[in-house]
Amino acid sequence: MNILSTTDLLPGYHQAVLPEALSFTVQEKEYWCILGENGAGKSTLLKTLLGLQRPLSGKVTLNTKGIGYLPQQTPIQMDFPASVKEVVLSGCQARQKGFAYRKEEKDRADAAIQKLGLNDLQKRCFRELSGGQQQRVLLARALCAADRLLLVDEPVAGLDPKVSEELYELLNSLHQEGMTILMVTHDLNALKYCDHVLQLGQEIFAGKKEDYLHSTAGQRYTEAHV
Amino acid sequence: MISQLQTYLSYPFVRYALITGILIALCSSLLGVTLVLKRFSFIGDGLSHVAFGAIAIASALDIRSNMYIVLPITILAAVLLLRGSKQKLLKGDAAIAVISVSALALGYLILNIWPSSSNITGDVCTTLFGSTSILTLSKSEVGLSIVLSLAVVLLYVFCYHKIFAVTFDEDFAKACGTNTEAYDTLIAVVIAVIIVLAMKLVGSLLISALIIFPALSAMRLFKSFKAVTVFSVIFALVFTTLGLLAAILIGTPVGSTIVAADILGFLLCVLGGKIL
Repeated sequence: MNILSTTDLLPGYHQAVLPEALSFTVQEKEYWCILGENGAGKSTLLKTLLGLQRPLSGKVTLNTKGIGYLPQQTPIQMDFPASVKEVVLSGCQARQKGFAYRKEEKDRADAAIQKLGLNDLQKRCFRELSGGQQQRVLLARALCAADRLLLVDEPVAGLDPKVSEELYELLNSLHQEGMTILMVTHDLNALKYCDHVLQLGQEIFAGKKEDYLHSTAGQRYTEAHV
Repeated sequence: MISQLQTYLSYPFVRYALITGILIALCSSLLGVTLVLKRFSFIGDGLSHVAFGAIAIASALDIRSNMYIVLPITILAAVLLLRGSKQKLLKGDAAIAVISVSALALGYLILNIWPSSSNITGDVCTTLFGSTSILTLSKSEVGLSIVLSLAVVLLYVFCYHKIFAVTFDEDFAKACGTNTEAYDTLIAVVIAVIIVLAMKLVGSLLISALIIFPALSAMRLFKSFKAVTVFSVIFALVFTTLGLLAAILIGTPVGSTIVAADILGFLLCVLGGKIL
């Protein structure tokens, strides 16, 4: 069953960031990597998929309630006093009714905390955690926001190889449990886990990973980035 | 000293000053955390200058209750500043600098061209530093201040989780379907209300102190948003009361005494943060 699709989508702000309009369909339980050089339009596409930015033309069709978004970290968060629990709970903001979180939202946050092994950290201050721990907290927050679809933006930026690998494993285990994942990345190590690739830039490719690796676009890109 | 205090407290205008002063400080401290974190601390400063300009206009037009002119103008300026910095029309801090110096200069100009009293210097000093205006509040002004402060507190409590979400991560909040623009506008309007209120207490030049000191002090000591917010409020209550009482007892200007008390409190918190 398709969970997210775009029809003739042209993302951009005043001016298009892609050479042609984009149509692709993500089926449930697929794991996509979105590749591309800096400036290829990855983050613009991501913002468009999330509805943070209107496309120049075309449309995005979403077949699920909410997207779990793992954004890149912002400078504000470097000195923000917030406990892990507070951050994770804010993932429930779309479910919140009235002025306080209800028990079901708190339970949901607790479940996400358990799932990502953050139990011992939940009273700690977010800004004092290591980079890998912070990503896990933000992932838990994303899980609170959505059950079926995760959109992950450069999750291993600034992490060392060992921690990066752990994060990939974590995402992979979520995928095994049935989560659909879209990951923006320029790290080719991520290709190991995904089953589909969307490559942006002058050459656009959208499809199965095997086909991508045998395509000219894929070979050119992977050779240039080894 | 205590009996002296009791004598003072038996005057209604002193009690009014205490009640309004404390409520105003409480509101300012609530929003302070969000403003400091969103890097908006200087918006408070800019807006207070706008409010000064608005007061000048009101006095040139000879309007008694200047709140009705000053409030809408300041709210408008707050919304424009927040919007403007979002759309990158003018870089945030540059925009604020432009607006605040313009309002300050034009305000003083207006006051001099169309003087409303013979003592312009005194008027200006009162508006800029508050001096004793908190002690000369009329009953209706006290009433309005109380209503507005309570509205701010209620609004904050009601929107607490959303304000946290919007401050911590605006993009994520937006992706969750939270109307971040509405909350930003709400925050801007509330800041404007607080600034107009706080001008009565500390004058327009010192308002930022009421906004940033509680938040910065709390951030030295506490690590969750809730604890920081609660402590900011306690900080504001304690040091505003101390400053007000000291001003009344010693006879020093109210605004600067309160800010001096805030500075003392901030230094204590910095010290506390180092020890902990």
